[in-house]
Amino acid sequence: MMACYKGFLIMSDVVIQSDGLGKAYTISHQHRERYTALRDVLANRVKKAWSRIRNPHYYDHDTVEEFWALKKVSFEIKQGERVGIIGRNGAGKSTLLKILSRITEPTTGRVEITGRVASLLEVGTGFHPELTGRENIFLNGAILGMSQAEIKKKFDEIVAFAEVEQFLDTPVKRYSSGMYVRLAFAVAAHLESEILLVDEVLAVGDAAFQKKCLGKMQDVSTQSDRTILFVSHNMTAIQSLCSKGILLKKGGIQKMGDIDTVVNDYFSHEFLCQLVNEWNLDTAPGNDAVRVKKVHMLPESEDPVINVTTPLKVTTEFWICQDSVTITSISMALKNIKGEYIFACVTECSCTKGLYSAAVEIPGNFLNDDTYTIDFYFLKEATVLFLHQDCLVFQVNDIPRVSTGYLGKWVGAVRPTLHWDCSRLADA
Amino acid sequence: MRTIKKTIMINQTKLVIEPGRAEKNYFADLWRYRELFYILSWRDISTRYKQTFIGILWALIRPFLTMVVFTVVFGKLAKLPSDGGAPYAIMVYAALLPWQFFSSSLTEASNSLVGNAQLITKVYFPRMIIPTSSIITCFVDFLISFAILVMVMAYYRFMPTLNIFLLPVFLLMAFAASLGLGLYITSLNVKYRDFRYVIPFVVQFGLYISPVGFSSSIIPEQYRLLYCLNPMVAVIDGFRWAIIGNTTFIYWPGFILSMAVTFFFVLLGIKKFRSMEKSFADII
Repeated sequence: MMACYKGFLIMSDVVIQSDGLGKAYTISHQHRERYTALRDVLANRVKKAWSRIRNPHYYDHDTVEEFWALKKVSFEIKQGERVGIIGRNGAGKSTLLKILSRITEPTTGRVEITGRVASLLEVGTGFHPELTGRENIFLNGAILGMSQAEIKKKFDEIVAFAEVEQFLDTPVKRYSSGMYVRLAFAVAAHLESEILLVDEVLAVGDAAFQKKCLGKMQDVSTQSDRTILFVSHNMTAIQSLCSKGILLKKGGIQKMGDIDTVVNDYFSHEFLCQLVNEWNLDTAPGNDAVRVKKVHMLPESEDPVINVTTPLKVTTEFWICQDSVTITSISMALKNIKGEYIFACVTECSCTKGLYSAAVEIPGNFLNDDTYTIDFYFLKEATVLFLHQDCLVFQVNDIPRVSTGYLGKWVGAVRPTLHWDCSRLADA
Repeated sequence: MRTIKKTIMINQTKLVIEPGRAEKNYFADLWRYRELFYILSWRDISTRYKQTFIGILWALIRPFLTMVVFTVVFGKLAKLPSDGGAPYAIMVYAALLPWQFFSSSLTEASNSLVGNAQLITKVYFPRMIIPTSSIITCFVDFLISFAILVMVMAYYRFMPTLNIFLLPVFLLMAFAASLGLGLYITSLNVKYRDFRYVIPFVVQFGLYISPVGFSSSIIPEQYRLLYCLNPMVAVIDGFRWAIIGNTTFIYWPGFILSMAVTFFFVLLGIKKFRSMEKSFADII
């Protein structure tokens, strides 16, 4: 039965088969340092021995806690599949890749891998600044598991890809950071392995080069039927490169399947930020003049995930508590996560004592993909009666881009869709 | 085309990862990664001598000055006897060569893992490659300082005998002794990061309890066997025998004991290293 099962697996081209994979790290409460010092170990032993002599019922308080970075992770990956692994920081993505590339060993479970594995967990691992570009290609290639013959065969291709011909015999410490990254990625991109594990390497390098790298990875996987596991926070890159996705959450698999479904699931679970804030009269933010009852934001579409095309409606409900107070205008200001103002938008009104609701619409195809916060200003002529700061936080997500090959971060504070007119004037 | 590829895939051996599994094909892996071993050794050597001219000079000055001091202190002031009538300086230098190789190998190997932490956390390869390749760098230093021996021998017009052809055997012993201890200490060094402060002390202490500045023949007969528990005693005696010639003699019971101790340290070092190797990436 078992043999038959195994035979079936090979026939169906499963190249990575993981069963109940788990990885535990122990955290000792007494030693908070990253590594232990012999001095402390010895000192502690003496201390404990002394405590035991003085008090035979001494109890050792040094509790050791286990932290499971990965728990019961089981999946199958078939030959030629390109799988994106997504999840928040600390979800276990990197630990998974480290286990698959044999850097660290699992605590529980088992993985079977068919084929040669190459892992690219960092660009330029082992590069030595004193060595020349040429020497580093050989060094880095060997570290990534290529034979010298293989590197020699691909040498020209690597150099051409990295665009560093003139600097081959310059020590890489004199390279610009762009050249350095290009050379490092070029070596890795020419790895010949059946399975390639890639961790967040596109976070470095300029946009044009990122595009080139993604293109290379795409070529490699479609032409030679290679299997790729790709970890990234860049959903656009993941969606365009990968066909399948695995969503990790707190060390376990939250969802697995078609990449678009998995990415949507990730966004809708992770980024339903503070879209509604409501208070009662006692706790309401504000002052004697204005008190805010509720702020909320509604995406004007069915999809719970806000992306760059979603129109939004932001509403604030507030009381004016005193007869003497009049508000003549309300202003909404939108800031990005760095606190830079993107724009402010004001409306005139004349509100006296009572409960009010004020709503403003942000059109779709206007904001860029970013995390934004909203401030409301309540004004009487030029005087700010109340500033309701950072009352809402929301994330605008990118959408898969099909027509443009570019996959890096879209530049600019906003991303409006403006009217273009492009026409042919004459034959050249 | 596709089917051919698939057939190849089926023929490939399956890699199984599970707790404790890494043991099985370790030494086959070590062989597979031999190119990485060459290239890491080459990297260490080339960066060491590329950066500074001082690199080479240092390999020459250090043993030379030590030789001068030891010859003056032990030979001229304390008037200790030399081995087989050879000039005291040659006798000292014949011991300094393996000692310097041993002590620098030990120091380099012990720090090698921590120094290559970045590699260890990002790529898989049998970790034993790193301390071993760092010893190769010290071997190059050894070859450079060997040039001084040739010069000193020329100065004293001292002709070596055919014994010198057995020198590589003793060199291999020195290599084994430093590898065994080096592997043991480097594993501890990863775990206990302050362990590195102990190493210079060990090396310093070892210099005086090993027969570097004096001949091992001055050790009283009844303590001779005990003295040979130090694996470097056999190596140094062997070096002197090979360089000075048959007029010196090897104390065989002690020599065999030293070899046994060396062998024990190699096994211990490998065992310790292998048992800790799996956790290096997690704790480094």
